[in-house]
Amino acid sequence: MRNEPFGPTTEDHRLKSARTRASGASPINADAAGLGIRRAVGFVVPAVVVVGVFLVFPALWTIYLGVTDFALTGISAADPRTVGVDNYAEALGDERFHASLWLTAQYVAGSAVIGQAGLGFAVAWVLRDRPGPVKRVVEGLILLAWILPSSVVAFLWIALLDRDAGTLNALLHTPGAAWLLDHPMASIIVFNVWRGTAFSMMLYGAALENVPPSHLETARLAGASTFQQIRDVVLPRIRGHVLTNMLLISLWTFNDFTSFQITAGGPEGRSEIVPVYIYDVALRGGRLGFGAAVSFLVLLVNLVAALLYLRTARSRGGVAA
Amino acid sequence: MRGREAAARARHAAAAIGRATFLAVVAGFFALPMLWLATAPFDAHPTITVSLPEFTLAGFRELLAHPYALRSLGNSVLQAAGSTVLVVVLAALAAYALSRVRVPGRDVLLYLLLLLSSVVTGTAAMVPVFELATRLNLVDTHLGVVLTLSGGLLPAAIFILKDFMDGTPASYEESARVFGASPSQILRHIVVPVIRPGLATIAVWTVASVWGSFLTPFILLRDPDKAPGAVILYTLYTEGGSPRLELISTFSLLYSLPVVLMYVFVSRRYGFRFHGGIKR
Repeated sequence: MRNEPFGPTTEDHRLKSARTRASGASPINADAAGLGIRRAVGFVVPAVVVVGVFLVFPALWTIYLGVTDFALTGISAADPRTVGVDNYAEALGDERFHASLWLTAQYVAGSAVIGQAGLGFAVAWVLRDRPGPVKRVVEGLILLAWILPSSVVAFLWIALLDRDAGTLNALLHTPGAAWLLDHPMASIIVFNVWRGTAFSMMLYGAALENVPPSHLETARLAGASTFQQIRDVVLPRIRGHVLTNMLLISLWTFNDFTSFQITAGGPEGRSEIVPVYIYDVALRGGRLGFGAAVSFLVLLVNLVAALLYLRTARSRGGVAA
Repeated sequence: MRGREAAARARHAAAAIGRATFLAVVAGFFALPMLWLATAPFDAHPTITVSLPEFTLAGFRELLAHPYALRSLGNSVLQAAGSTVLVVVLAALAAYALSRVRVPGRDVLLYLLLLLSSVVTGTAAMVPVFELATRLNLVDTHLGVVLTLSGGLLPAAIFILKDFMDGTPASYEESARVFGASPSQILRHIVVPVIRPGLATIAVWTVASVWGSFLTPFILLRDPDKAPGAVILYTLYTEGGSPRLELISTFSLLYSLPVVLMYVFVSRRYGFRFHGGIKR
């Protein structure tokens, strides 16, 4: 970083910024600090390099790796061949991949769309306009579940659901019930609801503040049930929030690897969602090229969700990360 | 008339009871695992918490004797600190430049970066990230983990900080410049103090994200000496034999405390209003 106050670049830009000011442009963009384009670029470059190498490049590389038979060991490790769309054809015909897609659909629908959003909305709705200790405690607990490291949460649920030592069996008087083995999907769905509801609760809590209480009161006096109030008065007003929330939590859940720590995809692949499938075939099974091809499919799904999200966020004026 | 009033009152009472029941069930659902986390480390038999716990500190003794447990907490601190410094400094520089100078294509660049950071997830990029780290000799290094995690966090950090910068008037900087301050002086003495809340937000968000991340260190680190808490916690209950619940619960508690304390501090100080993913 150069440090001279009166360099030519600075001078140049001082003039330029004076001109912009004079022409009445927005003061924010008037180069007030006399940064100069060159120095400004210098400020941006380090971040761009890190993001470029560790985020953009991997994305592009996935596309290339996906059309090779690149492997962790053997001949294809040293000298990968280009195999065209073979990986994709194989993945699309692989029953294990189909199964993992179906399980992922259940995971996203059950734990995010229904679980997190449903419970998050219900809590936000019940606690709206009711400040006090109850609100603080319930919200605090849900936020705390969100803030705990996900590895710890995974372990907590293993401890709760364990067949022999599990607290749940002790509480429910169901000695020997093997929750994780018998119901692996239900287990990780409950786990993801527990750790992820906070985001929806906060989002809907903020959204409900935009619904005028007088409208609800009017509906209530007209004899509308709670369900009708929500459907006819609340939902039309917070439709944007609902859409944003659904897209974000689905995207996050679709990409979530944390459940691996509870069931590792088992038993017998019965909770093998797509991220776990990729990890298993690519990094454990050594078929990097094939794994990259499946990853690219995930990337495409993410892209669609993210584009939809940015569009809804933009139309509501503001892009929250 | 009186009948209708009574019916309304009954309905009101039923609704109140329904609400209370719902909240009690929700509170129980969320509190139960936390109660276990808070008590199990001190319980000689952390199997069935409904019985009165038998107080012990054996878990802590075991933890001290464990070869990787405490060290992994140090590794977590190292990786979180490294990522936070990198993300805060690089994001602040980039956001400042992008906010104050009209660079052609700026908005498109920001938009694309933000889009990419939510599209390129650990799941979608685990193969190339693993390959990249192998080729750059970053496997089994803290630097590899820090750089990978920072690359994912930076776009959103830049976006949030640029918002903060856009919201602060440029007039301070202009007057400082009139008095002959250099750009770096302006940055250090004017911009940084003004956007301190934004920097704090980014720092807290980065620490929480890195502290909880599992996949990246799990695939990039082989040597248990370098593994952070998340990975060691996973290996603690998968490494052969029956898991030592008292050891793992003690470790979980210690590993959770820093982020929980940070959360309490932040919510006390600023109110907890992090919109958007403090964690993913």
